[in-house]
Amino acid sequence: MKQLKLTLKLSLILLLLPLVVAAQTPEENGLAIAQEADRRDAGFGDFTADILMILKNKQGREKIRKIRIQTLEVEGNGDKSLTIFDEPRDVKGTAFLTFSHKVRNDDQWLYLPALKRVKRISSRNKSSSFVGSEFAYEDISSQEVEKYTYKRLGDEGYDGQDCFVIERYPVDKKNSGYKRQVAWIDKSEYRTLKANYYDRKGSLLKTLTIEGYQKYLDKYWRADKMNMVNHQNGKSTKLVWSNYKFRLGLKDRDFNKNSLRRAR
Amino acid sequence: MKALLATISLFFTFGLINGSVATAHEISGYMAVEGRGFLGDPLYPEQKRNNASVAIQPEYYHEWENGSSFTFSPFARLDSRRSHFDVRELNYLWLGDPWELRIGIGKVFWGVTEFVHLVDIINQTDLVESLDGEDKLGQPMVYLSLPMDWGTIDLFVLPYFRERTFPGRDGRPRSSLVVDTDNPTYESPEEERQVDFAVRYRHSIGDWEIGLSHFTGTGREPTLLPGSSQSGDLVLTPFYEQINQTGLDLQLITGGWLWKLETIYRAGQGDDDFFSGAFGFEYTFSGVFGTPADVGMIAEYIRDERDEEATTPLQSDVAVGLRLSFNDAATSEMLIGVMQDTKTSARLITVEASRRLGSSCKVNLEIYVFSNVPPEDALYDLRADDYVQLELTYYF
Repeated sequence: MKQLKLTLKLSLILLLLPLVVAAQTPEENGLAIAQEADRRDAGFGDFTADILMILKNKQGREKIRKIRIQTLEVEGNGDKSLTIFDEPRDVKGTAFLTFSHKVRNDDQWLYLPALKRVKRISSRNKSSSFVGSEFAYEDISSQEVEKYTYKRLGDEGYDGQDCFVIERYPVDKKNSGYKRQVAWIDKSEYRTLKANYYDRKGSLLKTLTIEGYQKYLDKYWRADKMNMVNHQNGKSTKLVWSNYKFRLGLKDRDFNKNSLRRAR
Repeated sequence: MKALLATISLFFTFGLINGSVATAHEISGYMAVEGRGFLGDPLYPEQKRNNASVAIQPEYYHEWENGSSFTFSPFARLDSRRSHFDVRELNYLWLGDPWELRIGIGKVFWGVTEFVHLVDIINQTDLVESLDGEDKLGQPMVYLSLPMDWGTIDLFVLPYFRERTFPGRDGRPRSSLVVDTDNPTYESPEEERQVDFAVRYRHSIGDWEIGLSHFTGTGREPTLLPGSSQSGDLVLTPFYEQINQTGLDLQLITGGWLWKLETIYRAGQGDDDFFSGAFGFEYTFSGVFGTPADVGMIAEYIRDERDEEATTPLQSDVAVGLRLSFNDAATSEMLIGVMQDTKTSARLITVEASRRLGSSCKVNLEIYVFSNVPPEDALYDLRADDYVQLELTYYF
């Protein structure tokens, strides 16, 4: 009898659940979507990938950068990552080591191979261009939930998929280059498919589209192509990702200043 | 030579054990052509108005699956006046967990400031290659690095000393008396075979970067004593003392500000022990005037307790710099520096600018201007040596 009562109670709660979600404010709702996306990506451990970066100017002329990245998931904190340049060849061996944090500024070091010098750099200038691309440092840094506040705008179809449309606002308003961002996140897998970036004055600055998602380890979605178009200067940057490898057993010792100097 | 043989035998030993390959037999490097033009007539008859040269620095790199690696990087410059050859790197890196051991000829950098590198002492300066002291000679070493939760300890045994290079009689710029590099003198009876030792502790704590080091052995910065060469000419003879040097380097990040401090305490050179230090900041504005460009401001104050007795030209100077990064596809950059002596009127102005051409070439412009240099200043001998240098580098 007692068992039955409990089951009834549980089903009642479950029945009411969608109502509870609906009763949330758009802000709570937006945050819940971001948290769910984050929860679904948790537990990957570590991964490495190769990136071909194609910079296109207004006239359509292309420049290429070849980058490798290694990322280590850190429990209770932001991820650690190592970004190594292979091309252009004059910057071969140049590398960034980043310890991202949920709330405070990321810790970042730059290695200059010609001088064998490791430099701690300020991560405060988030809006700076990453190596002359249309991606700013804040676009490519670890997207921790805590770095933004959120608002759900509604639902919309994008590229044939039913999407949540959420707006997010940088917490570090003073140093971000954006007033707000609007993202299209598909309802079935919580993957970001498109994002609009609005500059500090509120005008549309850039649009990011993400394609070619593939599932790794039966759980983690990673995209093959990301294209950032700058509407204000007519330039664009495409990232072509390949050679994703997960759970290589990377450790903290692969993400210190010695490994930064060893990076090739 | 012994170090070289030891490195090669180690290379083969570990090479056989390790077997599988991560980065196999990779060859990279650069070739550069350079032209330098002086704006004024030379002070010494052996010197010329213009100079052209070529340089090459290839690098062979091989890495095994376990992360251990071998690096060989020779350097050569061919020139009518400053031809020289050096092995910048020839070493085997044995990657342990979490330690690493580097054996052979290598290069290490210590420090945080931009205009002077006081703490940096492992490698000898290649003054023939450049005036800024940032080009270094390869140093034979056994270098053990031990990363720990509370910081990293680096231990160095340096079995062979490298003499500082100086421009010869027809070199330009040079001091009025030529440095007689063929006849260096040493305090140690072991001369260049004296074994030096160094230890360094470094750590990152929150927004702080901390480095504390100690070096004992042959000083890298010689005292230049007037003397006569074998042919009877008046020359400067380098004298290399046995020194003990403790160094501290600190960097603090507060928002967009980088605060930097380097200080050394040296005993064994001259009659008195002395302090020398550099303190300054760097601040970067991003996206200036609605462009993607970043503008960095650098200011440093450099002080050497020895004043006029100092073996470096910067003893009481204020240095300011402006770093422009255009953040364009060609990675265009420019650094303008002004070093002003606070005691004499001497001023050194430098401009360094670079941009990429195509995908594998880079063009560099360098300008040095020695302005208002009075006879009592250490830069007096260089007063007529303002120059413009253009370099084209091909990377492979």
